[in-house]
Amino acid sequence: MEFTEQLIQQLINGISLGSIYALIALGYTMVYGIIKLINFAHGDIYMVGAYIGFFAISIAHVSVVPALIISMIVTGFLGVLVERLAYKPLRQAPRISVLITAIGVSFFLEYTSMYFVSPQPRTFPAVMESTAYHLGVFVINGQQLLIFAITVILMVLLTYIVQCTKVGKAMRAVSFDTETAQLMGIDANRIISVTFGIGSALAAAGGVLVGVYYNSIDPLMGIMPGLKAFVAAVLGGIGSLPGAMTGGIILGVVEALVSGFISSTFRDAAAFAILILVLLFKPSGLFGKNTREKV
Amino acid sequence: MNMLRRQDLKVIAASIAGFAILNGLIESGVIGAFWQFNLIMVGINIILSVSLNLINGYTGQFSLGHAGFMAIGAYVSAILTTNFQLPFLLALVVGGIGAAILGCLIGLPTLRLSGDYLAIATLGLGEIIRITIMNIQYVGGAAGFMGIPHNTTFAWVFFVMLFTLFFIKNFVNSSHGRACIAIRENEIAAEAMGINTTKYKVMAFTIGAGFAGVAGGLFAHCFYIINPTSFTFMASFNYLIMVVMGGLGSITGSIAGAVVLTGISAALADWPEFRMIIYSLLLILLMFYRPQGLFGNVELLDAKWVKRLKGGKK
Repeated sequence: MEFTEQLIQQLINGISLGSIYALIALGYTMVYGIIKLINFAHGDIYMVGAYIGFFAISIAHVSVVPALIISMIVTGFLGVLVERLAYKPLRQAPRISVLITAIGVSFFLEYTSMYFVSPQPRTFPAVMESTAYHLGVFVINGQQLLIFAITVILMVLLTYIVQCTKVGKAMRAVSFDTETAQLMGIDANRIISVTFGIGSALAAAGGVLVGVYYNSIDPLMGIMPGLKAFVAAVLGGIGSLPGAMTGGIILGVVEALVSGFISSTFRDAAAFAILILVLLFKPSGLFGKNTREKV
Repeated sequence: MNMLRRQDLKVIAASIAGFAILNGLIESGVIGAFWQFNLIMVGINIILSVSLNLINGYTGQFSLGHAGFMAIGAYVSAILTTNFQLPFLLALVVGGIGAAILGCLIGLPTLRLSGDYLAIATLGLGEIIRITIMNIQYVGGAAGFMGIPHNTTFAWVFFVMLFTLFFIKNFVNSSHGRACIAIRENEIAAEAMGINTTKYKVMAFTIGAGFAGVAGGLFAHCFYIINPTSFTFMASFNYLIMVVMGGLGSITGSIAGAVVLTGISAALADWPEFRMIIYSLLLILLMFYRPQGLFGNVELLDAKWVKRLKGGKK
């Protein structure tokens, strides 16, 4: 009985952590789907989002939902700016140059933030009393409910944007075949910027939620979650939105189970082991399309 | 062939002369402890970047797990010298072989992947190696492995580096190396020409991992202590940046990349708060204005402007 209780508890923890990975993974998968770039700076965008949320709450004294919206808007514009300044000039360059630029942007965001906000971790203000709700045998706290609610809302919103709006249709067209989309009159550069903006805004939401959940943020907090979100995106099938969502949740649950039942030091190793198994046995991921390389 | 040999001899003579001068400056104290340390780091970084260049630049297999192999070499050789009192050279060799075996084992399954997938898989494997080491109490776990003898001197680094450079240069110029380059240019065409692509990819990966292990051994014996945090994927990025900065597929390029990047980070050591900001901006600007790296994929002695400088035959 105790085992089942602990299992359910770890599942709840895992799903909350996984929702955050999913929010970051969505940005990765959209950007990769559209310009085939592993945007290593995405994890740092998430960190910037967390800091903007932190300053909105601690200086402007807004409550958590407005802080989340402010952070998403500002970080969304930051994402567009990064794309315009750093990636757009390299559209025709070899892929590895763009990848190195992404690493450069990642270092730049990390250390510039470190310069401005100091390398010390900050305590995220307690925005909500951590009421624990007892549902039968297991416990769920307010922060976790907030994470679930926000994640579900954002995912529904994103699915609506991608499936039902003109911009979303254009995004799908550009990711399917950029050149043909351009011939059809779609401004690919604008769509790529919009994709970066949306992806960054989602990552910012993840950042604010992590601040609320773990109460601590620091300038290098984005490195590991960024990488793991990429693992989640690969797990789900890169380029696929439902894939990123599922991948994120699965990864979060596996991590929670490993740290709950085996050892928390092997948590990160578990994520990468999943990655390698997926790559070896089903490189297209759970929801990915199978593509064959042509001569 | 004859010409090549003569050029090799000249290069060896020149580098030994260079070594004599630098070593003289170190012995006489003109080069202080700080720059002596950085010279050692330059040497180690050259071994790492040239061996990574064999995988990434010549064979075209995008690996981001170099720091993992370096960690294997570092820990294996440190255990051998510290706990078993074996001679340094033997420890380096065994560390290199250990890393090479692991490279081969990892390479066999993963090198079926290509491009970004391979990059992210090797990155993951590098992290798994590091996390595993972190959980082995025999080597000190997360606190690090202490009490390693301080064996690495400038002379050791220099001659191991020279050996690495000539080994990789000769490998690249051999028929095996040509096969690797063919795989980089077009894997399907190479296969159609009868090249066993898996064999050569794994071979390049194994050799690269082996030298990374040797470099790790040198690295371990110059600090008294090694810690798993020195071998994160950030370190792998660093070597990748050296390779790309110098030019993928150019040995002299990798040397230049290692020298320039180690030099920049040493020169900026006095401004720690700006160091990484300047470093990242330089990296971005370099990719804007010279995406093929400093040397592209030609060697320094084969570059057009050097030939013009020397005059003479085409």
